[in-house]
Order: sequence, then structure tokens, then C-alpha cells
Amino acid sequence: MRVSFTVNGRPQEADDVWEGESLLYVLRERLGLPGSKNACEQGECGSCTVRLDGVPVCSCLVAAGQVEGREVVTVEGLADFAKQRAERGGCASGACGTSLQDAQGWAAQGQDSQTGEGAELSPVQQAFIDAGAVQCGFCTPGLLVAADEMLERNPNPSDADIREALSGNLCRCTGYETIMDAVRLAAARQGEVV
Amino acid sequence: MPSNGAPIGTPTKVTQGSKTKGGIGESTLRPDGTLKVTGEFAYSSDMWHEDMLWGQILRSTVAHAEIVSIDTSEAIAMPGVYAVMTYDDLPTDVRNYGLEIQDTPVLAHGKVRHHGEPVAIVAADHPETARRAAAKIKVDYRELPVITDEASATAPDAILIHEGRDDHHVGHVPHPNIVHRQPIVRGNVEEAAKKADFVVTGEYTFGMQDQAFLGPESGLAVPEEDGGVHLYVATQWLHSDLRQIAPVLGLPESKVRMTLSGVGGAFGGREDLSMQIHACLLALRTGKPVKIVYNRFESFFGHVHRHPAKLHYEHGATKDGRLTHLKCRIVLDGGAYASASPAVVGNASSLSVGPYVVDDVDIEAIALYTNNPPCGAMRGFGAVQACFAYEAQMDKLADAVGMDRVEFRQLNAMEQGTIMPTGQPVDSPAPVAELLRRVKAMPMPPEQQWLSAGEEADVRQLPGGLSNTTHGEGVVRGVGYAVGIKNVGFSEGFDDYSTARVRMEVIAGEPVATVHTAMAEVGQGGVTVHAQIARTELGVAQVTIRPADTQVGSAGSTSASRQTYVTGGAVKNSCELVREKVLEIGRRRFGSYHPAWATAELLLEGGKVVTDGGEVLADLVDVLEDEAVEVEAEWRHRPTEAFDLRTGQGFGHVQYSFAAHRAVVEVDTELGLVKVIELACAQDVGKALNPLSVIGQIQGGTTQGLGVAVMEEIIVDPKTAKVKNPSFTDYLIPTILDTPTIPVEVLELADDHAPYGLRGIGEAPTLSSTPAVLAAIRDATGLELNRTPVRPEHLTGT
Repeated sequence: MRVSFTVNGRPQEADDVWEGESLLYVLRERLGLPGSKNACEQGECGSCTVRLDGVPVCSCLVAAGQVEGREVVTVEGLADFAKQRAERGGCASGACGTSLQDAQGWAAQGQDSQTGEGAELSPVQQAFIDAGAVQCGFCTPGLLVAADEMLERNPNPSDADIREALSGNLCRCTGYETIMDAVRLAAARQGEVV
Repeated sequence: MPSNGAPIGTPTKVTQGSKTKGGIGESTLRPDGTLKVTGEFAYSSDMWHEDMLWGQILRSTVAHAEIVSIDTSEAIAMPGVYAVMTYDDLPTDVRNYGLEIQDTPVLAHGKVRHHGEPVAIVAADHPETARRAAAKIKVDYRELPVITDEASATAPDAILIHEGRDDHHVGHVPHPNIVHRQPIVRGNVEEAAKKADFVVTGEYTFGMQDQAFLGPESGLAVPEEDGGVHLYVATQWLHSDLRQIAPVLGLPESKVRMTLSGVGGAFGGREDLSMQIHACLLALRTGKPVKIVYNRFESFFGHVHRHPAKLHYEHGATKDGRLTHLKCRIVLDGGAYASASPAVVGNASSLSVGPYVVDDVDIEAIALYTNNPPCGAMRGFGAVQACFAYEAQMDKLADAVGMDRVEFRQLNAMEQGTIMPTGQPVDSPAPVAELLRRVKAMPMPPEQQWLSAGEEADVRQLPGGLSNTTHGEGVVRGVGYAVGIKNVGFSEGFDDYSTARVRMEVIAGEPVATVHTAMAEVGQGGVTVHAQIARTELGVAQVTIRPADTQVGSAGSTSASRQTYVTGGAVKNSCELVREKVLEIGRRRFGSYHPAWATAELLLEGGKVVTDGGEVLADLVDVLEDEAVEVEAEWRHRPTEAFDLRTGQGFGHVQYSFAAHRAVVEVDTELGLVKVIELACAQDVGKALNPLSVIGQIQGGTTQGLGVAVMEEIIVDPKTAKVKNPSFTDYLIPTILDTPTIPVEVLELADDHAPYGLRGIGEAPTLSSTPAVLAAIRDATGLELNRTPVRPEHLTGT
């Protein structure tokens, strides 16, 4: 079958999709977007977290056919997504989420170079690097998408809020302390800007 | 023993100053950080090639059986299937592999010895086609009785797991189903036992833990025009893989090129081969690139686990709290294949006393062959199981003597100069008592934190969490302490060297250093540290780290807490050799202009040649002009020797690493639910080359220790030897809600034998974390708890 949907603000078509394929498989193997990771394929680890019409989902549990006509944001589009959200006034109120209309109103910019040099990062991406929250990095894309969405809803989270929001994302390297640091740092920096 | 003229055990000292920005001691950021946060970093599972096929492995559904027949006809007939291979299709007579003992079949031959053993492999144009084709292969098994423990393994009529063993351990083991045995005998344990006023014994059980790295086993094999193959793979040691892969393919090592692709964690689980040979076989058979990616289910069968263990301990102590003697016996279950079992036995026995002074010991450690899943390397490697037991013993002994548990440990703590049970002196700082003092002195987390936000209980702070099982009723706090000792580097006479190629040249008007090693970056941050070392030693701002591959000499394994020490030492050594060559060029070109070129000690700092007095002699750009200086050299730490097979005596270890923990837990005693509130750690790291990475290692290791204390265990059915929980739904690892705050104190007491005085750090925090949590749960519940992990039924007795 053919599946048409929007990924990181760009219309995409995937052909010859077998009905059993997941959104994760189509992103990784058919659209050349391997940033979303496959670590358990049963919705336990959160490594494949993307936003589907603004809502964080495990893309391994979404059948590709279900995304027909819908809007997906992956880690590859996160920097641009966050930038354009900020330019539209961000979400200082604390409980806005992203409406479908807003989600469809933006488009990703050009790709990063091979080395990643000069890449413009979202606040939460930069904070993960600065706080040492990246080790092997396999859990990082899913955590970034989840953390960014939480900060959009709740710009001033308590530690318990952060832990609750990220409890669906497994990390095996860090012991989560630097991930907590990174999210606190991103929240603090976001607060300074506003 | 060392095979060439490279320096052996050269003590290295800091000769270069710290004036170059981004050098050692700073928390510089990861060079791969941006790629990892943008999703651009290429992990082994992200590899793609035009015309690529997908490989799939068919694994045994039973643990122990003869293979009567294999019928692949339906599978090969499926559209989209390019190849199906079994044992009979292997190209050479080399059909086994293994880290130390080559006892592991590439594909099963006549027999399977554990649940999930590879039997056949398939290549197809879609991963689902490959899976379905594998499912069409008919294997007829004639089941055999399963061997699952010491009694069944060593019974007089026990089936031999491996018939006709000819490895170098078979001569000294009491039964062919024992892989290796290491006794350690020192002093006179029977005489010493007479001095004991208190004798404490315990039987301890340690469950089977999985590394559970998040990036599953995966790789891409690309056939090359010369008949060879290029393998892109996630591993811990490229050259060890190469040595095992090439003979099975019937290729010289020069025709098997390996490049490290992104590694999603390792923790010991990538020391053994997984899909490497299978992908290469299918690529060479089909002439097409073949990618294999395990899913999580397969990953639980695709790598070795931490050895489960039974440990019998007897200690004595005098009235005034001095340890008199230790008798212990450690039985490790190695499963169906040897993997790293012999070395794990060496560690378990030689570190079984823990960081304490006990002169009279009688120790025995063995690893079994059984039909359980193969076990091998995991972070802590034999020292973890022992630490769980000896720390439980220390609490019991302190209670028997009537002393404070921390003071009892401090009274018996080893220090620099203590003789190990192997006879080896501890010849660098061993601040065991100080680490305990530090964790004890840290402020305690406040009581009843669940009420901190207001009058309503925040269930997220309570045992049971969002399941909302208590608002504080029945919740009891407990506190526990533990400390451990881990060896650093490969021990027992292994030639544990690393190679580094360092190049220095002027690029775009700037001096640039390039570091090329085969070190597997698995997330630990070795690449960060290599750049820091090059900046410190060569005084340049710009350092390029080349991707790891087999075009440069071996860097040894990313395990045993060894990479910063050994490959870091190799980078430092090669930088020093480059620096000498650069200074030679400088003397040749500019020596006649300034006497200091001949008389002063010269340094490279800030892109310049300076005297130790700080006088600038030349810019590196002018010294080098268009010349490039390159050195590739091996570097070795001081040699070790094997443990005597009867007495266990010998200079077996390179270095020791120490960490202590204090655990604070809250237990819902009615439901048996545990919440770990805080896990404080103090560790001596010798020298923190990158403090941010050091703390990350300590917190990560601590959390893996927490996991095996309260949740992580692979459950193997004792009747069938089949794995019952191969998924993240049933094998639980700590989430961010299960993991407490982990305050860390870092000591830096230099080991003069090591580069910059550093100490390998990755494993020590995994040791003491588990027994500290267990001690805290015992403190809260008053239960004996002699096994880990602790499950709710152990606390409620239901």
C-alpha cells in the first residue's frame, strides 16, 4: 500500500508498504530517517518516541497505515520544530500543547552536515549535551522528543513531574541523573528567554 | 607476554602543563554529542546499503537435544529468499569460535546445548520475509535431559555438555562439566579459625542479570571485489572479533575489514560474537550486502549474561572486631559455552575477600557447564557476585561483635601495602575506610518526602508509585552501607596492550592532531578523553578522532575498566613520541637561533614550543611547515602473571578500583514494595580526566547495581532450562521513577603506575550498589534476604 503523511513539516509518500509495517519501520527503512530507535519493539523503552499530531507515541506500536494524512515529528525535525514554536510565542502559559493547526504550520529546515557541525539545536538538545546526559545515545532521541513535549506543556516542572513524564523512556547508561540535570537546565534556560 | 619492544609498564607522568584549553581534567563535551542529539549518529542498526538483504537466525526452541534432521526446502522456495544456510554449508573446517576456548558452534552441529542456540540462517529482501522463511525451516529434535545446576552437572552419570574437551583447563578441573576451578589458599585457616570469638556463615544466591544495552546486536556485511568482506558492526573489541571471524570464513584477516559503527551500550554483552559471522557468511554466499538486526527478544538470546552464582561464606571475628579467617566457595553457572567463564572465576576467587585484611583464607571458585544460557562478561565481572556475599557477611559479623557496621568495616579495611589473598601487595592508594567515612558523612535525605509538596501524599515519592498503593502506611525506612574492590585491566598474564596512531600536521594554518585507534566507543566517552590527552600532550586546540577500524593495531577490549588506562596510555605515549619528533624538527630548523632549544626542557602549549620557564621559542606552524609527523605505537601496562592453579598465588592484577555506597530505602512492608530514596557513592578515581564523564560512569554503574538488587533477573525454568522472560515487559530494568538521586564524591589519589595517576572507574560502582540496597532493605524489614534480586514475595513471605 501507499502511505502519505507529513514528516517534520514535509509531505512524504511511502510506497510498497506491507500492512504489518510500523510507523517506526517506515521512518527508518523507507524514508531515510533512522534517528528514531528500535530497542524493544513493544512500547516498553520509548526509544522510538515521535509526536503524532503533537502527541508523543511509541512509533513501533503505530501501524504505518494509521498515519495516513497525519503529522509526525521526529528527532531529526526537533530543532526546527522547537525554533518555530519559539518564534510563534512558545508556550509560556504552561498548558498549551501543540494544536494540529500549529503542528501543520511549520516545516523543517535543511539537513545537518555529516559531522553535525554548525547544527542549530533546540534548547533540550543543547542541554542534553551540556549536562552530560548523552553516553551511548541510543535512548536520547526518544527522551528528547518526550522531554521537549513535557516542557511545552509544563515549562516549570518539579523533579517528580520530570520523572513521571520520562518514565516511559529507558536509559541504561546514565542512571538518569544527568538526564534530570539536562531537563532542569533546559527548563531554566527556557525561563530566562521568556 | 609482550611481543615486541614497546615500553612495558612505563610509569607515565604529567610533563605537559595544563595551559592548553580542553585538556585533561576538564569536563569537555563529547565530540559525537551533536550527532547523537540530532539523530544523525549512525548506529550499527542504522546502516543501509543499496541492494541490501536482511539476515535472520533460526534459534533452537529447546535447551538440550540432538538434531535428528533439518529441512530447509520450504524456506528456500519462498519468494524473496536468497539463501538458507546450516552447519553443512559452512565453508571451512573451522566451525567454532570463542573468546578463550573455541567451543561455540557458528551453527549447531548435531546437538543444541541451550535454549536459543543458532541453528540456521536466512537472507531475504525484507526482514519479515526472512523471519517467515526461518519459521518454515523444520528442525527435528530428540530431547536430552537438561543439566541446570552443580548437582546435575557433576553427577556421576551426568551427560557431558562438551565431549572430548581438549582446552587448557580440562587437566585441573574435577569434572568435565566444570569449565575452570581456581582455589586460593593462604595462611592456615584452621588455626586462625580457633582465634575467632564469633563465626558467621551464609549461603547466598545471585540471580542472572542481563546487560540490557539499548542498541540491539546488529551490523552490515558488504562483500568486496577481492573476495573479502567489510563488516560494519557494534562491538567491544574489533581485533578480537576479527581473529574469530576470519578463520570461519576461510579468509585471511587482511580480507576481513572491520569498521566500528555506532554502539548503543555494551556493558560486557558485546565481548562475544553475536551476528558477525552469520552476516558475513550470508554476504559471501549471496554476493550482496546483508544486514542483521536483533529485536529485543532475540537480543536476550544473542549475548551472554552475568553468571548467576551460589556463594557459601564462613568468616570469623574476634571480640574486638578483627577478622580472623575466611572460607568460601563460589559456584558460577557458566551455561552451555565457556565465553569468559575462566577469567570470571579468576576474578571471583581473587577478589572474594573484598577490600579487607584477612591473612588466612581457603577459597574455591568454579564455573559450571550447564544447559542454561551462556554467561560471560558483564560490568563487574565476577567481583559483583562476591561483593554481594562478603558485604552481607560484614553486617552479620558487625552485629555479632556488637559494633557499628561501618566502623567494623573501617577497622578491617585494606590500605596501601595490604597483601591480597593472592600474595600480591596493594601498591597504590586503597582509601577504603575513607570512602566509607565519606558516604556516611553525606547528609541524609529528608524523611517522608512524599509530604514535602503539601498535605496530600505525592504517591510518586512512595513505594508503589503511581499504582497508589500507600500514602505512607506501613512504610519503613532503612539504611545500608557497602564497599567493594574491582581489578582494572585484563589480568593473569594476559598481554593487555593498546595501539594508538597519532599524526600532527598543519591544516589551514593551524596545527592539528589526528588520533586513530581501534578503541570501541560504546558510550563511555573514550573519544572525548583521547582528544583531551592529545590537547594536553601536543598543545593543540584542534584534534580529529578517526573512526575506529582494523586499519590500525588493536586497542584491546572496551571492558575491565581499562580503556582510559590502556588506550588512553597508548594515545599519551604516541603523543609523547610525536612531540619528540616535532621538537627534533624544531631543533633542526631553529636550534641555532636560541640556546634553549638545546638546554631547556621543552613543551608544546597553545600551538607553540615553549620552555619550561614559559619562554616561547616557535610557533608549531613554523616548526612543521608542510611536514606531517606520524607515530603508531603499542603501549603496555606492567605485566601480570597467572595465579598458581593449586594455591592461587601470583601477581595477577594490574590495578584495583574502590567504591562505597550508602543506600536509603523505603519499604512498604505490607506489600513488599521497595523504593530506593537515595544511593550515595564515593569512589577513588586516581585522576578524573573528564569529571563529567566520571560521574556519569559512577551513576550509571550504580543504577545497574540497583537493578539487580530489586528487579533484574533472567528467569530460567529449572525443568526445561528455557528462558521465561526475554522481553522488557518481563525483564525489568530501572526507569527514571525507580532510580533515586545519586550524589557522588570523587577522590583523586594518584596511582603512580598509571598514566596521569588515573584509575579505571567503570565497574567499581556496580559492585557495592547492590549489597548496599540489600543491607538497607534488611535494615527496614529485619529479614535475612540471602538472595538478589529481592522480590515482593521475599519481603511479605507470601
